[in-house]
Amino acid sequence: MNGATSAVVEMRGLSTLIGDRYVHRDLDLRVMAGQIVGLIGGSGSGKTTLLRQILGLLRPAAGSVNLFGEDLAVAHPVAQRAMLRRLGMLFQGGALFSALPVFDNIAFPLRELKCLDDDWIRRLVHLKLAMVELEPGHGKLMPAELSGGMVKRVALARALALEPELLLLDEPTAGLDPDRSRSFADLLRELQRELGLTVIMVTHDLDTLARLATHVAVLAEQRIVEFGPLADVMAGDHPLVAAFRGGGQTKVL
Amino acid sequence: MSPSPRLQVESGRVVLSGEWTLAALVPQLREVEAQLAGGRLAGLPWDLSSVSRLDSAAAVLLWRTWNESWPRDLVVSEMHRRALERAATMAPAATVAASPTSGPVVRLGYLVLALLDNLRALIILYGQMLLDLGHLVLHPSEIPWREIAANIYKAGAMALPVTALVGFLIGVTISYLSALQLRNFGADVFIVNILGISIIRELGPVLVAVLVAGRSGSAMTAQIGVMRVTEEIDALSAMGVSRSIRVVLPKLLALTAVMPLLVLWASAIALLGGMVSALLQLGIPFAYFVENLQRAVPVANLVIGLGKGLVFGFIIAWVACHFGLRVKPNTESLSANTTTSVVTAITLVILVDAVFAIMTRNMGIPQL
Repeated sequence: MNGATSAVVEMRGLSTLIGDRYVHRDLDLRVMAGQIVGLIGGSGSGKTTLLRQILGLLRPAAGSVNLFGEDLAVAHPVAQRAMLRRLGMLFQGGALFSALPVFDNIAFPLRELKCLDDDWIRRLVHLKLAMVELEPGHGKLMPAELSGGMVKRVALARALALEPELLLLDEPTAGLDPDRSRSFADLLRELQRELGLTVIMVTHDLDTLARLATHVAVLAEQRIVEFGPLADVMAGDHPLVAAFRGGGQTKVL
Repeated sequence: MSPSPRLQVESGRVVLSGEWTLAALVPQLREVEAQLAGGRLAGLPWDLSSVSRLDSAAAVLLWRTWNESWPRDLVVSEMHRRALERAATMAPAATVAASPTSGPVVRLGYLVLALLDNLRALIILYGQMLLDLGHLVLHPSEIPWREIAANIYKAGAMALPVTALVGFLIGVTISYLSALQLRNFGADVFIVNILGISIIRELGPVLVAVLVAGRSGSAMTAQIGVMRVTEEIDALSAMGVSRSIRVVLPKLLALTAVMPLLVLWASAIALLGGMVSALLQLGIPFAYFVENLQRAVPVANLVIGLGKGLVFGFIIAWVACHFGLRVKPNTESLSANTTTSVVTAITLVILVDAVFAIMTRNMGIPQL
């Protein structure tokens, strides 16, 4: 670990072009190790697209995305795989493998390492299931048999399977009841303390944001218009932040 | 990169240091496991105080090394102790009992049951279609014209090039091979009889059916299947739109209507291919061929061919919709049902073709 001062994700002058429409233009963002960054922005402002850029699923039209200090786009395929193993992604819809039961979904990335024995994998999977408050018995269910909230939790367990250093979460608490959202936030906080996890999460849930995020990035007008510690940004007067703050929830920050 | 996990035995204490995480462990897992194995470390005090990070994978590894009980003497930071506690609270995973493999009799039984189940569902789908047709006769404004037209275009108009190409090539091939034989007997003129009867009555319908089953049948199964996976079918029902009238019926009607036309088209092109080949091989002019075709092939053959097309089209769409509706919401089921749909449709078509051959054995054979 080269200290808590290194940038885990660094985007410089990033532009994303989908079709002939700019989703991001000249966007800059620097996420340091150990930060929990809440990414907020209006619907369709390109939050998920930004996560896809970090994963290397999209190529920047201009600028660069550095992951763990290296440019993913130009890295050697072997190095790319090694980098991707250090992060976990929770997709908005879960993106569970529909043909595999829950257990195999979570075991999949572990088996891909090809060096853990079955007993070890089984314990780890059950541990991850317990982390997201599911029981070992749920491992036999198929993704189609799960409720929306359970899909989220299984997807989180899978994202955590490889003990990632960087966790990307797309709407992690959407579809969870408030109680679960809270325990989800507590779990992430604990993991963050123990493992120095870095988290970038897209969220609309003010409660989770307040509970979990150390920093907030506001995505609007195709770039990051505000980035800073939670309290500073939420106290700011950007119209989007104001709308978010007043968004029906009475939580006082 | 991070300091790798290290294990040292110092003056009777096991001292761990560095990063004990999955990412750091994987490159040197063999050495670490070798060090931990063998009970050499059993009973020694453990010192984990200089471990910088400890994740659950490493915690599980240590917990297994300790034979699932806390070592007598353990120095560990509060934070890492929690990771170990989490690994410890997991009950030793019960080994999953392998499901007993079933014998051939049981498997055969399941196969028969699955067959009966499919048959039942097919009959229900047929009945539903009759009910829907009855409903549409009473409420003509609900007839889904747009969907029917779209399906006619997709399954019919778009299939014209490929059926023409395959038909033409088959016509050329049969004509060429027959010509070689017929010339030996000096029976050149019978090329007209052979081509006429075989293509119009038999090859045209079956060829088109196989092509359409692969082309449109699979597409129909996949489309309905994905609609089930993405809950679009449920969304339709929630809007009070009958899924059978809006999704299934247009496919059945369109393919049933369009197949005889495709058969006519493909047969005509195949005959053209045959004529070209006959001209080149045997020197039979087009005019002679066409003139003799009327004499050699009674019109009953055309009726049989088109009738087959009608029935085959219905079977393909019926089977395709049936398997589409059986898709379970996962990718594996989608691919399996699409495969089954095409295979079943082609098999049924050939089966029904044999029935046709027997039932129409006295029809349309020219008396010489």
